[in-house]
Amino acid sequence: MRSDILVIIFSMAIVTFATRFGCVALFRQTKMPVWLERWLKHIPTAILTALIIPALILPKGQVDITLHNHYLLAGILAAIVAYKSRNIVSTILLGMGTMIVLRLID
Amino acid sequence: MEYEQATLQASKTKIDHQEFYQGIIATGPILLGIIPFGITCGIMGLTAGLTQVETVFMSLLVFAGASQFVAITMIAGGITSWIVLAMTTLLVNLRHLLMGASLAQYMIKQTLPKQLLLSFLLTDEAYAVTTSRIYQKGYSAAYHLGVSLSLYFSWVLSTLAGVLAGSYISDPMSWGLDFAMPATFLVLLFPRLKCRISIIVCIVSALLAVAGSIWLPGKWYMITACLGATLIGGLLEGVQKYEK
Repeated sequence: MRSDILVIIFSMAIVTFATRFGCVALFRQTKMPVWLERWLKHIPTAILTALIIPALILPKGQVDITLHNHYLLAGILAAIVAYKSRNIVSTILLGMGTMIVLRLID
Repeated sequence: MEYEQATLQASKTKIDHQEFYQGIIATGPILLGIIPFGITCGIMGLTAGLTQVETVFMSLLVFAGASQFVAITMIAGGITSWIVLAMTTLLVNLRHLLMGASLAQYMIKQTLPKQLLLSFLLTDEAYAVTTSRIYQKGYSAAYHLGVSLSLYFSWVLSTLAGVLAGSYISDPMSWGLDFAMPATFLVLLFPRLKCRISIIVCIVSALLAVAGSIWLPGKWYMITACLGATLIGGLLEGVQKYEK
C-alpha cells in the first residue's frame, strides 16, 4: 500500500469517527438539558424524511417530477403500501416490482 | 441467591443474543441497497487508480459510503492532498453529529468499548433501523450492535466483491436496487407520523431537503433539513406545553 493513500485513508477514518463519537463523548461529560431532549425527539422523523424524499424526487441529482422518474412512481406506490401494511418486505417487493415493470415498459 | 442471580444473568444473555439476531435480520431489506452500492465502491476504487487492498482497506476503516464515493472521485480527478480529502469527509459526515446526539442518551449507559464500537459503526441506515426499534420497544445495545455489524460486514464484503469481480459486473447501481433504501425508510417513517407536530416536522424536512439538494453541495441538505425541521418541532412542542 502506498503511504500517501494510507495517510488519506487514516485521516478520513479519524475525521469520520470524530463526527460519529463527538456528541456521545460530549454527553458523557455533561448531562443533557431538557430543551435539547425535546429538540432531539424529532431528529429521527426529520432524518428519515430527508433520506427518503430527495432519493425519490432527485434520483439523478436534478428535480424530476415526470412519469419517467421511476423512483418517484415506485416511491408513491411504496408509500401507499407502507402506510397500509407497515410491512417492509411487501413494501420492498411491490416497490422493486414496480421499478422492474417500469423499466421494461418505459 | 447466587443461583438466582446466575439464572437471571443467563436469561439476560439469552435475550441479548435474541436481540442481536433480530438486529441482523432487521437489516435484511436494506442490504439489497447496500450490496450493489458496495460493489460499485469497489469498482470505482480500481477505476480511480487505487489498488484492490487500498480500496477494501478504505471500506474497513472509514465505513462511510457517501464520503468514500466523494473521496474516490476526487482521487480519480488528481486530488491527493489528505487535508482536502479529510475536510471534505468531515463536511459529508457532519450529519452523524446529529444522529450521535440523538442516540447519546442511550449509548452513554453502555461500557466505553461498546460506545466506541457503536460510534465507529454509526451510519444513516443503522441509525434509521435502531431508532425505529427504540420507538417501538425501547433501546437495546445488542440489537444496535447486530444492526451495525451486519451493515459493516456487508459493506466490506461487497467492496471486496467489487474489487475482485468488478470487471465482470456491468454497473450494479443501474439495477435500481438502491430503491430498497427509501422503501425501507418509508415503512420506518409512517408509524412516527401520529401527531400534528410530527407531520409538520416531516413536511418541513421534506421541503428543506429538496431545496437543499438543489442549492447546496454534497450532503448539506441533510443537515439543513434536520436542523430546520427539528427546530420547528421543538418550538411547537414548547408552544403546545404553554397552551396546556
